[in-house]
Amino acid sequence: MTVHDPIDVEVIRKDFPLLTRTVHDRPIVYLDSASSSLQPRQVLAAMDHYYETTHANVHRGVYATAEGATELYEGARRKVGRFIGAPDPKREIVFTKNATEALNLVVNSWGRSNLTKGDVVVLTEMEHHANLVPWLMLAESIGLSLRYLPIDGEGRLDLSDLDRILDGAKVVGLTAMSNVLGTINPVPTIAEAAHRAGAVVVVDGAQSVPHLPTNVTTLGADFLAFSAHKMEGPTGIGVLWGRAELLAAMPPFLGGGGMILDVSLEGFGPAEPPWRFEAGTPPIAEAVGLAAAVDYLTGIGMEHIVAHERLITTYAIEALHERLGPDCTIFGPPPGGDRGGVLSLAYRDVHAHDLAQVLDQFGVCVRPGHHCAKPLMRKLGVTATARASIGLYNDERDIDTLIEGLNHVGTVFG
Amino acid sequence: MPGLEDLYREIILDHYRSPRNRGELPAPPAHRVEGFNPLCGDEVVVSLDVADGQLRDIKLAGSGCSISQSSGSLMSAAVKGKSLDEVRELIRVFKTMMSVHEASLGDDRTTGAEDSPAEPEPIDVSKMGELAALQGVVKFPVRIKCATLSWNALTQGLDELASA
Repeated sequence: MTVHDPIDVEVIRKDFPLLTRTVHDRPIVYLDSASSSLQPRQVLAAMDHYYETTHANVHRGVYATAEGATELYEGARRKVGRFIGAPDPKREIVFTKNATEALNLVVNSWGRSNLTKGDVVVLTEMEHHANLVPWLMLAESIGLSLRYLPIDGEGRLDLSDLDRILDGAKVVGLTAMSNVLGTINPVPTIAEAAHRAGAVVVVDGAQSVPHLPTNVTTLGADFLAFSAHKMEGPTGIGVLWGRAELLAAMPPFLGGGGMILDVSLEGFGPAEPPWRFEAGTPPIAEAVGLAAAVDYLTGIGMEHIVAHERLITTYAIEALHERLGPDCTIFGPPPGGDRGGVLSLAYRDVHAHDLAQVLDQFGVCVRPGHHCAKPLMRKLGVTATARASIGLYNDERDIDTLIEGLNHVGTVFG
Repeated sequence: MPGLEDLYREIILDHYRSPRNRGELPAPPAHRVEGFNPLCGDEVVVSLDVADGQLRDIKLAGSGCSISQSSGSLMSAAVKGKSLDEVRELIRVFKTMMSVHEASLGDDRTTGAEDSPAEPEPIDVSKMGELAALQGVVKFPVRIKCATLSWNALTQGLDELASA
């Protein structure tokens, strides 16, 4: 192990119970964190502890455990807000089911009350369906004009025509890091141009928040969506951060209990944000788990995680090129500061399903498919890629096993 | 523990490398059906020339993994030129072969009696010809969707023609 890695990955791996299991009699090599990350025992223990000692519904009781649960839930809200540099965590963090629901919230609540027929929405060719399909649905419903920032041959956004594409735009929606190419987009630059054009900026942070230090002010975002389960937290909870003044003007998304001030048989008055957007009993234990995940990541230090992942990503790209040569294609930008640890691969003309199947025999977990980015797949000229992605618990040995498996693919498929 | 040799048998690799009946038929008069695998990454276009109760010609286009492509190729070779009744019977036999029964896999998962599907009619593997090579797919349940993709498109096409 090189001296330059700021984190002791052997120590980190001991925190993740799932890494001890075997697959087909081999140690598991988990290279699918872009799809969902693993959870450290600290997160699991926090959730169990909550259920064992404190569980009660939140905002709805005065007894001791109800107070305790409420404090944990609201404490998680503030902690997540601080993690992303929110100016006012108490009012700007909305808990949702996941990043997809957060983006649907923006489209349906902010979008429907601010956009009208013919309005221009700018997205990118590399968007995940979560930041594309809801806009397509709204466009079909009210008649929007959709434009797309194109990608260039290296998998970066082509900004040469930015101002023309942004002219007249009301919204710019973009991913901060591609879940297919690993490209880290220059969100601050694009956001600045978007604001000059008078547009609101909606950022899909599902890949970026877990792997890069995040500050919503530096990003220039007006909305940011991300999911707990991609950042070593539990499934079932996601986050929408929105600028306080935007949220204050938005109508509710889902209706029910907890998001009202008063209800009669004739009508209702909505609660203040963020509770206005949290109908029904929220994912309380999951919020506790997410708070524990934030503690876990900040305990290691996001800058250390960045450095470690960049090390392993660079090792992977160089090793794949060196040992497999032209047989292996890696999509996306070359190693560098604008590239994260998402590696979509092609090996000769072997289909992604078959690649992933052979790799499974070696205990290696990669994801075949279109990765919920079909327009991007079409632009790349493929129907599917096999995607390996790197997290804080991956090391060089994981990459070596990946390469061992890829070599065997040649044996099976000739 | 199922190994790769259960899945990637020689006949399957042969049909993957040299798929039969590739292409499209002009539609109309042929009938065209598109299929997408929910295990994303496979796409198929099936062209059917049906007349006088017979599947006179069939062609397959699209791209996908070795299982989806070889299954489509094996299917096309098995059904081309057959009567519609014979085609439907081959579909039934194939679907039965692809049904997964936990008990028969030696799995230690338990299913409540009310959850198990009814035992299907037994199929005579010796009558299936090359299609029997796809038997191993049931040991990799996620890949069953790859194997049935073309067959589902074929079924949909026949249903659409029957109700037209």
